Amino acid sequence: MTAASTTLDPAVYADWLMRLGDNTLILGHRLSEWCGHSPVLEEDIAMANTALDLIGQTQLWLGLAGEVEGKGRTADNLAYLRDASRFRNVLLLERPNGDFGQTLMRQFLFDAFHLELLKSLQTSGDPRVAEIAGKAIKEVAYHLERSADLVIRLGDGTEESHSRMQTALDDLWPYVGEFFVSDDIDKAVADAGIGPDPADLKAAWRQTVDEVLRAATLNVPGEGYVHKGGKRGIHTEHLGFILAEMQFLQRAYPGATW
Amino acid sequence: MQVALDTVWDWLGEVPDPEIPVISLTDLGIIRDVAWDRETLVVTVTPTYSGCPATTLINLEIESALRGHGVEHIRLERQLSPAWTTDWISAEGREKLKAYGIAPPVDGTAADGKTVALAARLLGQGNLVIECPRCGSHETEKVSQFGSTPCKAAYRCKSCLEPFDYFKCI
Repeated sequence: MTAASTTLDPAVYADWLMRLGDNTLILGHRLSEWCGHSPVLEEDIAMANTALDLIGQTQLWLGLAGEVEGKGRTADNLAYLRDASRFRNVLLLERPNGDFGQTLMRQFLFDAFHLELLKSLQTSGDPRVAEIAGKAIKEVAYHLERSADLVIRLGDGTEESHSRMQTALDDLWPYVGEFFVSDDIDKAVADAGIGPDPADLKAAWRQTVDEVLRAATLNVPGEGYVHKGGKRGIHTEHLGFILAEMQFLQRAYPGATW
Repeated sequence: MQVALDTVWDWLGEVPDPEIPVISLTDLGIIRDVAWDRETLVVTVTPTYSGCPATTLINLEIESALRGHGVEHIRLERQLSPAWTTDWISAEGREKLKAYGIAPPVDGTAADGKTVALAARLLGQGNLVIECPRCGSHETEKVSQFGSTPCKAAYRCKSCLEPFDYFKCI
């Protein structure tokens, strides 16, 4: 335990770690919904692999959240036995998959943020956070390269693919602002030297996004209304459906293992 | 009885990776340390990818191999940092991968998420040259960054026309 983390309320710290773990869990689950349904085999495999990385990262983040919380909850307990209002993922990640373009655009917008977040967490005052970030960032660099590549190919592709990518961008853009909204939990974690102020990640994220979307010949929407609330547990109706499927087994057969 | 650590390393060098059985766990570079803590043999293992489904199986295989050699008390420890890198795959391991049909990693080419470099690649500049493990041709192309497992990318040889896996750098 570092000096920094001892000054932070464990409940607050665990809540913040759940934001990290719930982001990777919900996006990982969404991607896994594509398994067997992708337009081409290579993409089916790529999405399943990305989902696997994200679920692996979830085990690390939620595992640490349970450890910090100190109530004996494991990563599995947190994933399978919390209700929607206890989930802390940003709203973008629970958006339905839509078409392949919507899924890729959501992935790209998040990957660009995820990379900046992990870069910052690599120097966290808590070595347990820094080492998970150091592990995850290697995987996320590949996620970003793939999603950026495909956003460019499809944006700067046919008339059909271009228009679908522009629609996806316009639909999802109101959700990206939530990445950078700081609240009391973010502030407490930043003050303890454990994580960044999310607002500080925006410039670097925006640079990547502008660069890729320009190459993709897509128009970046202006700043407008920001959908938020996920980080505080106020979710859209979509999360409940995800949890109904994801948690079914543990709810129907508590403690089941195989 | 405490067996010499060199012997333990040799034993672990005979445990195959469950995904790519031609290489051993020591070839892969995931065994970070072996030490005796009184009567208990402590083996420190680092995961390749955080979601690698082989991790549990690897731990099981380490344990059963060591038990098979008569070690009674074993403790496996997970070490995340420094994060595993393909640079740790041994020279011998790389030769075995190639013979098995998997192009070994080209060190120093891990993804860094830099999209400027990506744009250059899309324009055909700075393409990574991966040698076909079957015919040795340098005329190969990437089909997908994700192959049959997260640690591999799917490639195709333009000379012999065979598809192959490339063990990508992380």
